[in-house]
Amino acid sequence: MSDCHETRTRTAPSMGFVDAGTPLIALAGQPNMGKSTLFNLLTGLNQHVGNWPGKTVERRDGHFDFCGRSFTLVDLPGTYSLTANSPEEVIAREYILREKPSVVVAVVSAANLERSLYLVSELAALAVPVVVALNMMDVAAQEGIQVDAHVLEAALGLPVVPMTASKAAGVRELLGVVEDVLTGKRVPAPHLPDVRQDHHEVLEKIEGLIAGHVPEPYPQSWAALKLLEGDAEVTRMMEAELPPVAWESVHNVLIQHDDAFLAVASGRYEWIGRMMRAAVTRPRVGQMGMTERLDRLAAHPVWGLFILAGALGLVFWLTFTVGSPIQAWLDGQLIAPLAGLAAGALAGAPFWLRGLIVDGLIGGVGSVLTFLPILVIFFAAFALLEDIGYMARAAYVMDNLMHLMGLHGKSFLPLFLGFGCNVPAVMGTRVIDSWPARLLTILIAPLVPCTARMAVVAFIAPIFFGASAMWISWGLVMLSLLALVASGALLNRVIFKGQRSAFIMEMPLYHLPNARTIGLLVWQRSVSFVKKAGTAILAMAMLVWVLSFLPNGDLNTSFLARFGQFLEPVGRWMGFDWRLMVALITSFLAKENAVATLGVLFGSSPEAGLAESLAAAFSPATGLSFLVVTMLFVPCMATVAVMKQETNSWRWPLLSVGLLLVLSVGAGAGVYHLATWLGW
Amino acid sequence: MSDIRRRLTLSEMPAGEDATILAFEDGRAVKNRLASLGFTPGVRVNMTQNYGHGPLIVTVRGTRVALGRGEAAKIIVEQGSHE
Repeated sequence: MSDCHETRTRTAPSMGFVDAGTPLIALAGQPNMGKSTLFNLLTGLNQHVGNWPGKTVERRDGHFDFCGRSFTLVDLPGTYSLTANSPEEVIAREYILREKPSVVVAVVSAANLERSLYLVSELAALAVPVVVALNMMDVAAQEGIQVDAHVLEAALGLPVVPMTASKAAGVRELLGVVEDVLTGKRVPAPHLPDVRQDHHEVLEKIEGLIAGHVPEPYPQSWAALKLLEGDAEVTRMMEAELPPVAWESVHNVLIQHDDAFLAVASGRYEWIGRMMRAAVTRPRVGQMGMTERLDRLAAHPVWGLFILAGALGLVFWLTFTVGSPIQAWLDGQLIAPLAGLAAGALAGAPFWLRGLIVDGLIGGVGSVLTFLPILVIFFAAFALLEDIGYMARAAYVMDNLMHLMGLHGKSFLPLFLGFGCNVPAVMGTRVIDSWPARLLTILIAPLVPCTARMAVVAFIAPIFFGASAMWISWGLVMLSLLALVASGALLNRVIFKGQRSAFIMEMPLYHLPNARTIGLLVWQRSVSFVKKAGTAILAMAMLVWVLSFLPNGDLNTSFLARFGQFLEPVGRWMGFDWRLMVALITSFLAKENAVATLGVLFGSSPEAGLAESLAAAFSPATGLSFLVVTMLFVPCMATVAVMKQETNSWRWPLLSVGLLLVLSVGAGAGVYHLATWLGW
Repeated sequence: MSDIRRRLTLSEMPAGEDATILAFEDGRAVKNRLASLGFTPGVRVNMTQNYGHGPLIVTVRGTRVALGRGEAAKIIVEQGSHE
């Protein structure tokens, strides 16, 4: 291994993320191998989160310094293999083949070596220098598994560095080996896996047929192997590249060996088996690990649901008991004085400018800021459950219920996130591996009652229902979830013709949470919320303020009021007057705006007097109808924006808006008439 | 004797029992995903959890994998294990 002395004399290169002069290191690995932990450990906050071009797959890159030299690090998507089954897999292999990183660090788990070497067997075939980071040595020791890194290194023909990323152990050694590969002191020479004996001939035949026609940068033997595996992308590419007659011959060979990919996969596992026999010893076989004991409860069809309900309840309790006071404090101690300060400073400015800044700008920023504590707590609880490995269990026990909508367990995770905010829920659908299932989950996500809607309910329900408000709130949440299941089942029948995607999901080992991983996850989700929701809310807050101000500075005769009056006939079905209609419309920019708008329309602050004014102006039937409509109303603007971004079309967000518009008005009218009939 | 071993689908396997994978009846994409998680013909698996309804958990090559009942019903296995 090299030490730093040779490189320390170099001057440190510039700090930019994209620097042509710095060596490019790519991190590859299967999910649950601790790849993100290693990435976070190396880059810390020096990372940039974005999307892969043209894809809604998250891309993270960053940089770090080691021994006075700067490195660019790219985190490739976590994938089980490099066959074109998913966009992630295509991205990972295209990146390696086209960008040719100086070194690919393959993160594998010592506790789960057999499966994790599968990806290594594919990476080694891509003709790039691969260094194996043998991670989770601590978990392996705990499970009684011993891995001899030197033997593994010799068997693989690749440098192997034992480490425990969650404890920052072995990282310097890993970087030292990377440095050695960069300087040419060590040259990885992998012993590549072979296809199973009975398919040697076929593979040679295909390689012979495509020779000379494989485009850059794809290695010829690799393309032949991928054809045999039935890789859709490579098949399409070679069909286009080969002369029709040659393609015909290749195609005929492939048809005769329809199941050849099993021979390829078996060949890889035979290769892995040899590594395992050489390097791994398991003195204690058959002992029941902690994961199995915990799963007896957490993955049980009945107890598992109780545990999930308990976990959910705890998250909400924590979110509201800790988050709400902070929210109120921020509003009272920060936003209100700031508004007062601005009003004072702008005393000489024109009335419209003061209004725009104080009510529009500061009001808008305030509504984003004061929501942040609630979301941060929610994100932290969610990240903790994710990091310890619980979320896979939640998905597992919810699988039955999700089947009602033609979805499976994995769709539950983003929907759960939707209880915090629908924006991360829509983005979180990226964990779902099939596109129809993902699209359906995006379409129903806005029916998950988010904290903003619950804040409106928490304010309005007690006004009309006093002590029963808790039961009304509970009923409203149940109603939303019922509407979610019903529309999911309906959409699945109508749009997706009842098709269902396969539920195949790894159940990772439980492990202790890592504060750094959780912290960075919370940070990134919060920043992306502020960026996405913040900018949109701010813009709309100012627009609504302008509409409520023009043409003559009086809200009651403004454009906004006229629009509400225009829509009043529709509102009457639900027992609304024009003011409730205006409140509903402004809830489009952020759900919690409904209360603020009512405050403006009734000329009183939410703290003092608004409750009394509302109770005097409307019957409980109208109150209930307003609550129902608020719960089911069209997704907020920020959610619509991410729906457009994630589906890459306006069609789906508009469908969702249309569907929820009909649903909410229908449900509101029904509830209003029922409640009136009951004499409320 | 190997010829008295029972052939059945993975979904019919009782919890705690071992089986050897024989074949897959699902489409190529599903087969591919299963293979990358360690399911290949001839591999020995252990049924970790199976309540007869809903999803189940199988341990394959040291990894616990959750499968939908529909997916498991398309995997043909032989109960017991080749030694």
